[in-house]
Amino acid sequence: MTGNNLTDLWYTDEHTRNVRFSMKVTEQIASKKSKVQRIDILDTPAYGRVLCLDGGIMITERDEFIYHEMLAHVPMAVHPRVKNVLVIGGGDGGTVRELCKYKSIETIDLVEADKDVVLLSKKHLPFTSSKFKDKRVSVWFEEGLRFVRGKKNEYDLIIVDSPDPYGPAEGFFTREFYGTCYKALRDDGILINQHESPFYDEHCKSVRDAHRHITLEFPISTVYQAHIPSYPSGHWLFGFASKKWNPIGNLDEARWNKLRINTRYYNTALHRGAFALPNYVLDMLHEEEQAAFK
Amino acid sequence: MARTVPARAGDIKAQRQKGTPLADALDAQRINRLAHFDVPAHKSGRGNPELTEYLGERAMAMDVNSMKPLDNLGHPVSVIKEAQELCAEAFGADDAFFMVNGTTSAVQAMIMASVTTGDEIILPRNVHRSAINALVVCGAIPVYINPGIDKRLGIPLGMSVEDVKRTIKEHPNAKAILVNNPTYYGICSNLKEIVKLAHAAGMRVLADEAHGTHFYFHEELPVSAMACGCDMAAASIHKTGGSLTQSSVLLTRKPVNPDYVRQVITLTQSTSASYLLLSSLDIARKNLFFKGRDMYQKTIEFADYAREEINDLGGYYAFGPELINGDTVFAFDRTKLSVHTRDIGLAGIEVYDYLRDDYGIQIEFGDIGNLLAIISCGDRMMDIDRLISALEEIKRKREKSPIGLFDHEYINPDIAMAPQTAFYAKKRRVKLEKSKGFIAGEFVMSYPPGIPIVAPGERITADVLEHILFAKAKGCFMTGTEDMSLEYVNVLA
Repeated sequence: MTGNNLTDLWYTDEHTRNVRFSMKVTEQIASKKSKVQRIDILDTPAYGRVLCLDGGIMITERDEFIYHEMLAHVPMAVHPRVKNVLVIGGGDGGTVRELCKYKSIETIDLVEADKDVVLLSKKHLPFTSSKFKDKRVSVWFEEGLRFVRGKKNEYDLIIVDSPDPYGPAEGFFTREFYGTCYKALRDDGILINQHESPFYDEHCKSVRDAHRHITLEFPISTVYQAHIPSYPSGHWLFGFASKKWNPIGNLDEARWNKLRINTRYYNTALHRGAFALPNYVLDMLHEEEQAAFK
Repeated sequence: MARTVPARAGDIKAQRQKGTPLADALDAQRINRLAHFDVPAHKSGRGNPELTEYLGERAMAMDVNSMKPLDNLGHPVSVIKEAQELCAEAFGADDAFFMVNGTTSAVQAMIMASVTTGDEIILPRNVHRSAINALVVCGAIPVYINPGIDKRLGIPLGMSVEDVKRTIKEHPNAKAILVNNPTYYGICSNLKEIVKLAHAAGMRVLADEAHGTHFYFHEELPVSAMACGCDMAAASIHKTGGSLTQSSVLLTRKPVNPDYVRQVITLTQSTSASYLLLSSLDIARKNLFFKGRDMYQKTIEFADYAREEINDLGGYYAFGPELINGDTVFAFDRTKLSVHTRDIGLAGIEVYDYLRDDYGIQIEFGDIGNLLAIISCGDRMMDIDRLISALEEIKRKREKSPIGLFDHEYINPDIAMAPQTAFYAKKRRVKLEKSKGFIAGEFVMSYPPGIPIVAPGERITADVLEHILFAKAKGCFMTGTEDMSLEYVNVLA
């Protein structure tokens, strides 16, 4: 028998027009056309259970811990008093799961435009959706852009856990969105966003636009990275924007380590390292900073 | 045995409206592999590979000239005639004429088909420049009705029935009356009543429906010109109906003689009408007939949502049907999203610039006190939310005290002579700042909306000059003058 058995089923995520990423599928668990998008859940031998939105990988069971830990723990190790958190997107629950590890957090609002993502995640993705039942978590099925518009000075931390900016999530990469997040944050609030990959030309415009827009709205605007194998190029960026706290200068390693939070990817040494970026990325970001204040 | 059910009139009409005779003929032409020894020289794009790469092969293959199977716009006898008949039926008109030089040409054709040198035509002063341009060409004399102005918003309204009545009495020999249905801001006059008054006085009613195509396809929108009994209407299908930019339709009702209208149109219309534009009218008409109601329902819902959310932001005033007063605002087009910005201390044009430059959002226009966003069924909720959020951000960051902003009033034009006389008179150039008291020999307007602040033959009063200088200083796109930078203005020597 060869590897290419006729009974094989393969799923392909188009990373760019010229690059594809395929994985073998054991079973299709769910498929639904929601009001917002197409949702598919697949079982795969290499990446475990996989959530796809409009045909693209959102998370995989195998490497989602990297993405969610990097979204949640980086700001939590910097800001000493996070009580109220807003998560925009993130209907799979992974970010909420990480946040629930902190006893000091009092409320977590999760705003997800697509109710079906939450419902299907609760049913089929127990590894991420396990904390929806936490009493501190409130789920709002609304447009994120609209939800934030009404908020002023209410959150210590906002995490934008959105899909790529092509389609329903386009609005989360705009200047008006970052500006309304600024307004919704308290005076020492932090905004974290998934910031796309700098590697392929097709995506780096998103990286540039997001960085330029955030830099125009927040006094502190930096970027950090992680290695996420199932995402295009595997090299992924996150935005750290803040009104007061510096992601390295205000990192309180002792405080965070004393919390004894169980993580598989994140640690405070990696935290420092994550902000050390390759030169080509620094150049890209620098150009946008120049453009912002031209 | 099969029972034959008698077809209902509505079914037969729907069956007819499913057809797209002109688009079908063009598509057949595209695939029939004729050897072309006629214009255009690009011959299905092969003669201009760069343009073909740019626009796509299909579009290039459809860019052909008039030929036997495709009929002729200047003398339609087959597929264009059929397509125009379907269009007339869909809009409730007796005849319809496809136009390829914009609604400007439709407005001009209906004026030129109704009045000539020395004839009077009654019209509100807030008409589009195309209407006054027609008077420059045909030599008719305008009789303006003050449309009245909303004091708070600074926008011109519709004509009051009393004013129309009085003007008809004062100018019983006028040949026609022109009505905006609606204005750029979505405001309608009492068109049915105006038609009654005008027809009783033997005058034609011409409707500029550049912003009213959608009125024909949703019962909650203001009533359309044809339904009101207007004689002619220029409907800009490309603006709100989904056809390609520059395509439009002129609608007429009996007793207007369609053959004379066609003659007038051919005076100025291209003899090489673009089949891309014509076929887009054919397909847009079918789409409007079958899906128009759903399209405009969605549009109304988007616009209502945006109005509500913008008004919740405070400071801005997204005005709507509450303006209706039974007369100068007889009806309001809810698909229009107009926002009054003066209370946050910013001119509409300033907000327009911030939206585009800082937030990547393009809207239709901003004038001194307001901005206008065009909403359509092609919008996505996310984009509507982006616009609302950007307005909130602009307010948060840029709000100022409204003091010092120009208080816009209707300026009653001081008419010294007919537009045609002034336009062709001997003129000289004066510095704009020193033009007070002279008679204008040309238009000055901000574009959009393209409503002249001063038109040829009108005196440049202190009020007019102040308005021009303010609009220019605020960054409005000033047009109409020979001098592109509006340092100078042509006045009568």
